[in-house]
Amino acid sequence: MNATSKRLTILVVDDEQSIRRLLRTSLEAQRYNVVEAHDGEAALNLTSHNVIDVCVLDLGLPRMDGFEVIEKLRASGSAVPIIVLSSRADEVGKVRALDLGADDYITKPFGVDELLARVRTALRHRLQEEGERPIFKSKNLSVDLVGRIVQVHGEEVKLTPREYDLLRLLITHAGKVMTHRSILHELWGSEADVQYLRVLMRSLRQKIEEDPAQPRLITTEQGVGYRLNVDD
Amino acid sequence: MADDRPDRDNRPSPEALLRQAGEEGRARLKIFLGAAPGVGKTYEILMQGRQRRLDGADAVIGVVETHGRIETDLLTKSFEAIPKRRLPYKGRVLAEMDLDAILQRKPKLVLVDELAHTNAPGSRHPKRHMDVEEILANGIDVYTTLNVQHLESLNDVVAQITGVRVRETVPDSILDRADDVELVDLTSEDLIQRLKEGKVYLPEQAERAIRSYFKPGNLTALRELALRRTAQRVDAQMVDYMRAHAIQGPWEASERVLVCVSDRPGGAALVRYARRLADRLRASWTAIYVETSRAQRLTEEERDRVAAALRLAEQLGGQSVTVPAAATADGVIDYAHANNCTHIVVSTRQRSRWFEFLRSSLAHEVIRRAGDVSVHVVPERHAENAADDSSVKPRLRISGNFDFGAYGGSTAMVTAALLLGLALQRTLGISDIALVFLTAVLASAVTYGLWPALFASFVSVLAYNFFFLPPLYTFTIADPANVLALIVFAIIAIIASNLTGRVRLQALAARRRAKMTEDLYLFSRKLAGVIQLDDLLWATAHQIAQMLNVRVVLLLPAGETIEVRAGFPPEDTLDDADLAAAKWTWQHAQAAGRGADTLPGAKRLFLPMKTGRGTVGVIGLDSDSAGPILSPDQRRLLDALSDQAALAVERINLVVDVERTRLTAETERLRNALLTSISHDLRTPLASILGSATSLRTYRKSLDDKAQEELARTIQEEAERLNRFIANLLDMTRLESGAVQSRNELVDVGDVVGSALQRATNVLTQHKIQLNIDAGVPMAQGDPVLLEQTLFNLLDNAAKYTPTGTTITLLARGNDGRVELQVSDEGAGLPNDARERIFDKFYRVHAADSQRAGTGLGLAICRGFVEAMGGTITATNRADGKGAVFTIILQASKPTPTLAEFTT
Repeated sequence: MNATSKRLTILVVDDEQSIRRLLRTSLEAQRYNVVEAHDGEAALNLTSHNVIDVCVLDLGLPRMDGFEVIEKLRASGSAVPIIVLSSRADEVGKVRALDLGADDYITKPFGVDELLARVRTALRHRLQEEGERPIFKSKNLSVDLVGRIVQVHGEEVKLTPREYDLLRLLITHAGKVMTHRSILHELWGSEADVQYLRVLMRSLRQKIEEDPAQPRLITTEQGVGYRLNVDD
Repeated sequence: MADDRPDRDNRPSPEALLRQAGEEGRARLKIFLGAAPGVGKTYEILMQGRQRRLDGADAVIGVVETHGRIETDLLTKSFEAIPKRRLPYKGRVLAEMDLDAILQRKPKLVLVDELAHTNAPGSRHPKRHMDVEEILANGIDVYTTLNVQHLESLNDVVAQITGVRVRETVPDSILDRADDVELVDLTSEDLIQRLKEGKVYLPEQAERAIRSYFKPGNLTALRELALRRTAQRVDAQMVDYMRAHAIQGPWEASERVLVCVSDRPGGAALVRYARRLADRLRASWTAIYVETSRAQRLTEEERDRVAAALRLAEQLGGQSVTVPAAATADGVIDYAHANNCTHIVVSTRQRSRWFEFLRSSLAHEVIRRAGDVSVHVVPERHAENAADDSSVKPRLRISGNFDFGAYGGSTAMVTAALLLGLALQRTLGISDIALVFLTAVLASAVTYGLWPALFASFVSVLAYNFFFLPPLYTFTIADPANVLALIVFAIIAIIASNLTGRVRLQALAARRRAKMTEDLYLFSRKLAGVIQLDDLLWATAHQIAQMLNVRVVLLLPAGETIEVRAGFPPEDTLDDADLAAAKWTWQHAQAAGRGADTLPGAKRLFLPMKTGRGTVGVIGLDSDSAGPILSPDQRRLLDALSDQAALAVERINLVVDVERTRLTAETERLRNALLTSISHDLRTPLASILGSATSLRTYRKSLDDKAQEELARTIQEEAERLNRFIANLLDMTRLESGAVQSRNELVDVGDVVGSALQRATNVLTQHKIQLNIDAGVPMAQGDPVLLEQTLFNLLDNAAKYTPTGTTITLLARGNDGRVELQVSDEGAGLPNDARERIFDKFYRVHAADSQRAGTGLGLAICRGFVEAMGGTITATNRADGKGAVFTIILQASKPTPTLAEFTT
């Protein structure tokens, strides 16, 4: 990342001043440019007049809530990556935000390192959109997306077509969480049940994870979906 | 009272003081008593009411009949009058005093004319004096008018004097209750003069009145009655005053009057006589009915007469009792002696000397055995009340309930005796055969009672004559000696039938009483064992219905109102009139509805269920037979049942109260524990965070890198600990508010274990983890989010309570349609008594180890979540060494056949 030539701008939308201050301090230390908005209106205003690279959005905003902000942003044609701040027990809210078009979420309270990892993932995707890399590598896994060859520790593993489709889908969204619904929709159309996905995921993990009981490559976000982890 | 009272040292009598104290502050009743219509009572209450108005009192007219008299009419104009209520009745519209409007208007004083007036059907109370009592009970003063002939106790006397029986009467008690009685007096001549001037009635009416009722002699007698009654009251007031102020006086010894009522007509006159006697003596009085074996044979009319006499006694302020005894005189004398009665009133029938000789009359018997009790013998007055007597029928009841079975049975017995007699004819003498017939007569008396036995006697006499006395097979008798034998036989048979029949009746009565006593006993035993209110009410309704042969509903309060809680027969609902009567009973703890003084239009009679602490409910009764629902006897039985039931209801209510108090105390304990836990568990990490943060800001320059790192790490760790605690509190809140619902999905246990371990990475840094996940473990039925949180809490728990460096083992396997998950540690294990309690809120194994960061919530949440998923969680100790084992068992999902196609 070329930090000196062009600073990337991050929009922080939260009604709590302490959160905004924390994020500004942490992100500016990482040489990001930070703009703040304290409610949804202000956020929409800023995105329409400025070039924003990533948006960190709290769901519990006064007047216009986070869901509405996502909807309006996406309706206006903006493709800016959105990272949602949510509370722990609110799986339904997380899924809803993701289905509305958010790219990722992070649960409050969070560590700054965790947030920065999410921001980097989001930025990488923004950059990647322009050209897909033919070879994906993470930890011991290497996938040749052109030749459809999957290798663990340099040894080829045979995947069923469905398993390969699932893996390829996750690779396209590597680092981001994918909701059950979006995966099901991509793989089977909308009719399938989440239990098929669970069974399929179990067999995929048995083939590509070193210890399927403690998966490292594909982790489960309980109640939300799956995430393919990438090396930072 | 002269001897047994300790107030010879001139102390005031407590009763008199109490009576005076009770009268202060309550509404005042003033009665204007007159000897006859037309003496000017209405004018007088209006004048005095006006005076009160001038003195500033809020006085209104409740009802005043001016009868078109001009002076009176003018007087009413100066008052506000409460409009009358209009009641449609049989095509006419009757105007009655509007009780509710008066109560709502709530003046200081209300003028109510004609106290003895009978209200139109459909009114709340049948009599106006009851309305007045309710007005007084609501704290409103009343001025009212009354003619002396309407007083209940003087009713007979007035009827005797004037020859006119007055139907509208008021109980004497209302005169006693009055705070003031003012006599409105006019000489007979003046009154007749006023009549003639047309000031009382219209001229033609007046003429008729003067000829019949307003004769000078009548008026003088009535006037004397009114004067005497007023004087009597003044006298009573003076005595009260003297007693209250401890003024010595010539007190009479305490007197008690006992009046003996019977099933004969004239009971009412007898009771009224006793009341007057008691009044003169200022004595308490009691009406007694002695229930002998005869009581079982009374006709309905006779029963009603007894009940009416007893009821009248209660209305006139006396007591009423019914006692069982072999003979009336026994019962009366025993009761009189046991209760220190000084006077006995009995009535006597005019009978012939011959009858007196054969059967000593009650009066004689009582006089003979009375000892030093005075006996008043009052002649029975047949003509006393024509209406009373018209309904009396001769006491021949054979046609009433002719029992063919009994007579057939008697005939069969006599036939058997005849056959036996014929068989033994040769061996026995003729007189011995008479004994065989006598046996049949006795047998029929024992089995069927008096009348069938008399019938058997008659048939036996005929058969004996026909078959055994020569000439045979004729009803003639040749030998005079045999005539005598037959007559003797007939007499013996009749006497034997009579005696045996009576014994049988007494035995039946005794059996019935024993049954009743036993029923009551069983009922009280049953109530003692009942725990549920509904069971109790049902048992009560059933018992009352069964013992009194009525339909029963039981009502209990529900918030502001009262509702049916049980009924026998069940599914009884109340109409509005009944509900109103029931409510009245509940609010006033008095009877209402059919046969009662209040709301007599209701279908049922409602009676309060009372205990010492108040009314707990209402019993509603209803039966198909006309007339009063309960006889005095049944009423007493009902009282016994109702008292027992009321006590049981109260007992159950108390148990509920105690349970509620216990629960409140338990909640209180939990709340205290929660507060202690929260204040400790919130403040400890906050103290660390605040301390570290202030150190970093203030002393950063003097701190080396290592110290700074140490402080920053403390902040992070303590914040995470705080986060977990708050998460637990939130989970617990969600559980308790019922917001936790399992999604009931397919759960890949291995997947959940993985994500739980990942989340717990930070808390597990000091422990080794061993995974033992069976490759073939089936999918479980549940909610992955809840299961992950459960596992996280168990891991957190294990990490917290076991030494560092030990291993935590996670095991997952399928087991006969179920999925089993185990978290085992290598800690100290669990004390035996803690294995179940460990899942309680705020429970910690060692109460003292509050320095450990436990909240006592984690395991309670685990149990809540697992149970929400339809599974179980248990805590045991390891079999293979030290340490605790937590086992979660969930249902395995049934394999889905189409799964394979979807996933390949």
